[in-house]
Amino acid sequence: MEILMSFIVGILFTAATYLLLSKSLLRVIIGTAVLSHGVHLLLLTMGGLKKGAPPILQEGTAAYVDPLPQALILTAIVIAFGVTSFLLVMAFRAYQELKMDDMDQMRGNDQHE
Amino acid sequence: MNNLVILPILIPLLAAVLLIFMNKSIKLMRAFSAISSLAAVAAAVVLVQTVFTDGIQTLYVGGWKPPFGISLVADQFASLLALTTAIIGFLTVLYSFRSIGEKRERFFYYPAVQFLLAGVSGAFLTGDLFNLFVFFEVLLMASYVLIVIGGTKIQLRESLKYIVFNIISSALFVIGVAYLYAVTGTLNMADLSVRISESGQTGLITVIAVLFLIVFGLKGGIFPLYFWMPGSYYAPPAPISALFGALLTKVGLYAITRVFTLIFTQDTAYTHQLMVWLAALTIIFGVIGSIAYWDVQKIIIYNIVTAVGVILFGIAANTPASIEGSVYYLIHDMIIKGALFMLGGTLFALTGTNNLKKMSGLIKSHPVLGWMFMISAVSLAGVPPFSGFIGKLKIAEGGFISGEFVITMLMLLSSLLVLYSVMKIFINGFWGDERKDAPAKRPVKGFIYPAAILLFLSLAIGIGTEFVAPYFHQAADTLVNPEKYIEAVLKE
Repeated sequence: MEILMSFIVGILFTAATYLLLSKSLLRVIIGTAVLSHGVHLLLLTMGGLKKGAPPILQEGTAAYVDPLPQALILTAIVIAFGVTSFLLVMAFRAYQELKMDDMDQMRGNDQHE
Repeated sequence: MNNLVILPILIPLLAAVLLIFMNKSIKLMRAFSAISSLAAVAAAVVLVQTVFTDGIQTLYVGGWKPPFGISLVADQFASLLALTTAIIGFLTVLYSFRSIGEKRERFFYYPAVQFLLAGVSGAFLTGDLFNLFVFFEVLLMASYVLIVIGGTKIQLRESLKYIVFNIISSALFVIGVAYLYAVTGTLNMADLSVRISESGQTGLITVIAVLFLIVFGLKGGIFPLYFWMPGSYYAPPAPISALFGALLTKVGLYAITRVFTLIFTQDTAYTHQLMVWLAALTIIFGVIGSIAYWDVQKIIIYNIVTAVGVILFGIAANTPASIEGSVYYLIHDMIIKGALFMLGGTLFALTGTNNLKKMSGLIKSHPVLGWMFMISAVSLAGVPPFSGFIGKLKIAEGGFISGEFVITMLMLLSSLLVLYSVMKIFINGFWGDERKDAPAKRPVKGFIYPAAILLFLSLAIGIGTEFVAPYFHQAADTLVNPEKYIEAVLKE
């Protein structure tokens, strides 16, 4: 199971890297979203995928799944949410102000000699 | 157990929350943020003194013993950095009163500054790797707001790049945490250190160590990963650049220092050698950048890169002397970069340009500013009465002891070019004839006092080395002997 998940995470990272290297800003933002999905899935996988009950205390349960990675993922998800929404609004503002979403044209050399 | 440890984090955090409700009145915001920043300085001073007399202070948040809960750990290194952060924060707030402008102040500028300070202090004081990630995000999120606040075109363009790079490095950080958790099953730094020294540093852990070097290198701006810095630090107004230049990259360096003196200490032949080469290249590229530009801000920004290389070299040389030198140089560099950005900002306010070819003869009309710039230039290069000297001396000493003769010489030579790059600003900006076509002078009253305090601190560290040396020695001692740190955290 971990092997399969590792392949999926690898595919997500590949897709994210490809998208991050593209021209359009929206594709870059989608790339960051895919990247954070991959990261969270990796965190879950690396905590171990052994069979067990959900981590809710009940009588008569022998084994639980590891609760720590789940807490870490939940933290990482909300952080990624906050950052992504900020980035989206900023991309919108940049589109309004700069009238483009082509990353190639956003070079910063025009103010120097 | 000591609640004092959390105060440098808690005071700015509470201040930030309260400041959000005050955004109707700029005067109230100014007064409150100055007072709370001063309170944070006082708390950090008490913390430094407590750690000095009573040893490493720990706080188990919620009363859970490590490795199960989050522990905050204040050794002397972290406390000194927290103190420097609080001082820089306070002076930046003072500098902002005159220079940032009411438009930005209304849009939650002061809360964002306080959140940034809370994040930076938290990153210094935490004893847990995932908690370090969270504090990184706190300070990064605040820095996103600060870099784009005002919304000019250049700020929008550069902050987009800055955010995307930091999202990638944060993702890599979580990947590193995930791998390390899978290998060791813990995230507490002291516990990690124990487990890795028990099981020996396998190849897998060395790979994770290099991953962490990449992550913190992206944050700290070491050689192949500093490419985002010149653009991003160029965009925001001077007080924000001062805050960034003094604090943000230093958090990455602190994390490298912590991780490579506490956790990944077994396979130094590989990891530390890699760091030595990266440090050398960082110095070279930083120096090339700083002598290439005729732009005040860019010169100062590339000097950050050079300093990062010097500090990294001190850590990588891995001798007691060079690590102590790095502690000195780290704190010196935070102080002097804050001062340089503030003075550079004043210069910009005065002349309306960053281009050195368009300014000259300022010493006649602004002698105090000129001499302050002169002092910060020689302090940056490491001339004896100032704070930069002792750090570089110790790093050089440690470099020679560890046998890295070529790179130590390179580091010493870099001082010369660093001096040239800042003296270029001084000679072109302050000497010569006064320009006739100079734009109407903007009053810069109140701009230079914060920088004057920073320069005074730099001078105080340089002249009063004997008084501050025990503190720095204690800081380096914990880094050289990580078992003291482990004992303080995991004690019964």
